[in-house]
Amino acid sequence: MSLDKDMVRRIAHLARIRVADDELEPVARDLERILGFVEQLNAVDTEGVEPMTSAVAMTLRQRPDVVTDGDRREEVLANAPDRAGAFFAVPTVVE
Amino acid sequence: MLIRGETGDWEMVLGLEVHAQVTSQAKLFSGASTAFGGEPNTQVSLIDAAMPGMLPVINEMCVRQAVLTGLGLNARINLTSVFDRKNYFYPDLPQGYQISQYTQPIVGAGVITIDLPDGSTKPVRIARLHLEQDAGKSLHDQDPHRTFIDLNRAGVALMEIVSEPDMRSPDEAAAYVTKLRAILRYLGTCDGNMEQGNLRADVNVSVRRPGEPFGTRCEIKNVNSIRFIRQAIEYEARRQIEILEDGGTVEQETRLFDARKGETRSMRSKEEAHDYRYFPDPDLLPLVLDPDWVEELRRSLPELPDAKRERFMRDFGLSAYDASVLVAEKETAAYYESLIDGGRRDPKLAANWVISELYGRLNRTGTPIEQSPVGAGALGELLDLIADGTITARTAKDVFDTMIETGRSAAAIVEEKGLKQITDTAAIEAAIAAVLDANPDKIADYRAGNEKLMGWFVGQVMRATGGKANPKLLNETLREKLKG
Amino acid sequence: MTATDLTRLGIAEALDGLARGAFSARELATAHLEAMAAARNLNAYITETPEQALAMADASDARRAKGEALPLDGIPVAVKDLFCTKGVLTTAGSRILENFVPPYESTVTAKLWAAGAVMLGKTNMDEFAMGSSNLTSYYGPVVSPWRAKDDPRPRVPGGSSGGSAAAVAAAIAMGSLGTDTGGSIRQPASFSGIVGLKPTYGRCSRWGAVAFASSLDQAGPFARSVRDAAMLLRAIAGFDPQDSTSVDCPVPDYAAGLDGDVRGLRIGVPAEYRPAELPEDIAALWDQGIAWLRDAGAEIVDISLPHTTCALPAYYIIAPAEASSNLARYDGVRYGLRVPADELTEMYEATRGAGFGAEVRRRVLIGTYVLSAGYYDAYYNKARRVRALIARDFAQAFQRVDAILTPTAPSDAFPLDAPTDDPIRMYLNDVFTVPASMAGLPGISVPAGLSRAGLPLGLQVLGRPFDEPTVLQVAQALERAAGFDPLGALAPALAPAK
Repeated sequence: MSLDKDMVRRIAHLARIRVADDELEPVARDLERILGFVEQLNAVDTEGVEPMTSAVAMTLRQRPDVVTDGDRREEVLANAPDRAGAFFAVPTVVE
Repeated sequence: MLIRGETGDWEMVLGLEVHAQVTSQAKLFSGASTAFGGEPNTQVSLIDAAMPGMLPVINEMCVRQAVLTGLGLNARINLTSVFDRKNYFYPDLPQGYQISQYTQPIVGAGVITIDLPDGSTKPVRIARLHLEQDAGKSLHDQDPHRTFIDLNRAGVALMEIVSEPDMRSPDEAAAYVTKLRAILRYLGTCDGNMEQGNLRADVNVSVRRPGEPFGTRCEIKNVNSIRFIRQAIEYEARRQIEILEDGGTVEQETRLFDARKGETRSMRSKEEAHDYRYFPDPDLLPLVLDPDWVEELRRSLPELPDAKRERFMRDFGLSAYDASVLVAEKETAAYYESLIDGGRRDPKLAANWVISELYGRLNRTGTPIEQSPVGAGALGELLDLIADGTITARTAKDVFDTMIETGRSAAAIVEEKGLKQITDTAAIEAAIAAVLDANPDKIADYRAGNEKLMGWFVGQVMRATGGKANPKLLNETLREKLKG
Repeated sequence: MTATDLTRLGIAEALDGLARGAFSARELATAHLEAMAAARNLNAYITETPEQALAMADASDARRAKGEALPLDGIPVAVKDLFCTKGVLTTAGSRILENFVPPYESTVTAKLWAAGAVMLGKTNMDEFAMGSSNLTSYYGPVVSPWRAKDDPRPRVPGGSSGGSAAAVAAAIAMGSLGTDTGGSIRQPASFSGIVGLKPTYGRCSRWGAVAFASSLDQAGPFARSVRDAAMLLRAIAGFDPQDSTSVDCPVPDYAAGLDGDVRGLRIGVPAEYRPAELPEDIAALWDQGIAWLRDAGAEIVDISLPHTTCALPAYYIIAPAEASSNLARYDGVRYGLRVPADELTEMYEATRGAGFGAEVRRRVLIGTYVLSAGYYDAYYNKARRVRALIARDFAQAFQRVDAILTPTAPSDAFPLDAPTDDPIRMYLNDVFTVPASMAGLPGISVPAGLSRAGLPLGLQVLGRPFDEPTVLQVAQALERAAGFDPLGALAPALAPAK
């Protein structure tokens, strides 16, 4: 498995995490090492095995259609780094 | 429908992804309200705001509505379905992912029949329906440097209904949305309100030479009226044909419809490197439906527009056109059925009154039928007065105008204005005599063979009696008198 | 009783003392708060909450005076800083939540307070529970109270629940809560010489606990005895309608049925947990454990769990994949750190770049990679298939045995300054704990002896889903036979009066 700097840049952007240029190389080496480690799974025969989704053998429980929440604007906004009145505020989104 | 280009004919290929807001009290995975128009960020639970450690629990009503819709679309219900996370960053998407269904949706393939303007019908296949969360709202125009975020809508349940690329003209696309909307509204699973964005469509458009394989498609996002859907398709198809005829190639991309300019334009920023990294949401388990419950829902399905139209034609002898008009909106059909009162009232007369008289008057003020100042019961009483000979059909229209204006009952208006039909032979004879006395020359004319004047005499007598003369009696008596 | 004596009591003894009126909950809390202040060099707590502790202790004393004492009334406990606590800073060990004060309380902590427990504070941890050393915390490493015989270098307490483990080992909490995703309770319990229990997945609610890997995360207790752990588990376990993965089944009184009787139980010993490189002292301790259980009347059964070696690589696909998505909400919009920028994407990247430490970044990037287009099947689906095989191995083994005995960790506690440049080497710490996590099974680590270096070593007992009672029973048999002193780290001068 080889992972180049462009790939790290691409993944980092997908994950919205800044990785400085001089870190791309060491990060690539780390990720390569991990990917190399997990690749031993290729040797496992999983023919006909269904992927496991959950450790609990249950199906989804449903709740009744009742309004039980809301009207807690101050709690919702209390930790906001930036707000404008009743809104969260973020730097301009360039469409 | 073929489009004539510079170099020959083209055919458009259209598929729609309709996002329909599920009618429910609470959101898909939280207990916050779905009501429209709340103060910003007041209908937000800690789950909707994606606070750390918050977990989703599914709303049973949203599941029911999706299954009901699937049944209404003649679609396969998947007894096991899975919720996936669609990962992307956007400030109105608090979790950083949308909970949706990717590989195993709750509803599979189905089909609906669309009604085209020329009276023909066409099947359009449904590929799938899945449940997903709506995003919040970004307000870009409140501040020059900042975007404001309101999460009231975040987490509201949507049904994404995906058609196969079976449509070939803007008319067909419009008919598809119209029919889909009608079905949803009949089922009560979505209110179909396009102005509030509760029903919106992504339109996939491509063009090809007739008989050739599909061309490259562009997706026009979030078109929120049927008129705009037509405009967007027409503009986009023409744009693609121009590119192809100039020897270019259409690029697969997401585009936005600008309603003011009537154009579509590229949304490149949304396009960049999308990789949604779908995977099953580990906070949720597979959704498994009880087949008996699904069958119960199937049995409880209301009569849908196509079946209702057939019944109106079969049982009430209505024309295909009249029946289609009456079933197009759930409320109109309900009004009509209430009006005929199980067939007690003349179905054809009632159909005419709804389609011509009631619609004509409501359209003038843009009033929806469910807010009509004259309810089905009140209009029924008016029709009864016609039927039992109390008033003439002509008087009835004037009475109806007054009913629309004042909301008063037909009987009261007839009583107060003295509009009861004149069935007294003496009174009618007197009115005829007055008209004949004043027009000896016309009598001579008539007797000389100009029988067309009969209508003129009838009109004169009607005017003299304020339209109240019993038409049958008037005709018979007049004919007698004119004979001399 | 001196303040030192009070901090060294077990939960059951403390409840006795409170019931007898030998001391008050306030005295108990005060003794702990003083000990915490004296032990700040361990860095076990990110946030101490003395005001809450005293107020809760007073409320507890008032209840007891009215004869309305609750099951854990007055017991001072520490809570991993992964659990959201209403009105109290909750950081998950990360800079990105350095200022986050939740307006809500997690289900398990709420249950703990409803049982009368007293909150001492929020404990240090590996950032977002990613680590086995507590070295990845933004708030600095935790120092274990233990030292090797001939090596004065400070040791790690293990992780990720390192602060919770160290606090109990250092007698600055009577018990504590941690979370275990791949071993984050059991491994630090082993390193710190105490009992750590990971319940069955679905036994304790995840609501209000900051998510690392949702299909694996499970809350559980640390204590200095198996009985104490059983009492804490009873308080926090139970169905929660707010967590779709919470299982609705009754919570037994775990401590009531506990007598360490393992006669007739079949104990599985899996061959795959004895790799050639397993240190001799750990192998010997495991053999000792087997002998103890045999002597206590259990039947020892050799078993095979053939996919054991696949568990760790599969875990390092599944856990980072889930984490990459779970951590997307830390975006500087609604709470937590924001690094200002003129443009949105800049803000996201700067915030998350500065807010996450190296290990979190590494795992989010790996998770993003394995889920991305073209790699999903090769990595993520493959790992989920392997996970199914691991679960099947256990299910088959549990047809033949009632519990499984293994070492908890492949090493004892390493020094704080041990080289950590190779992530894989660090991941290998969890090689014995991850398989049961993948299968969602309950597991416990019981301190059983000392390594050649004089540091604690634990043995792990695994059980069937929701069979915590058997797991506890076997653990207590081991505890009894081992006679390990969980306060052995503390200076002899401070050793409890016998």
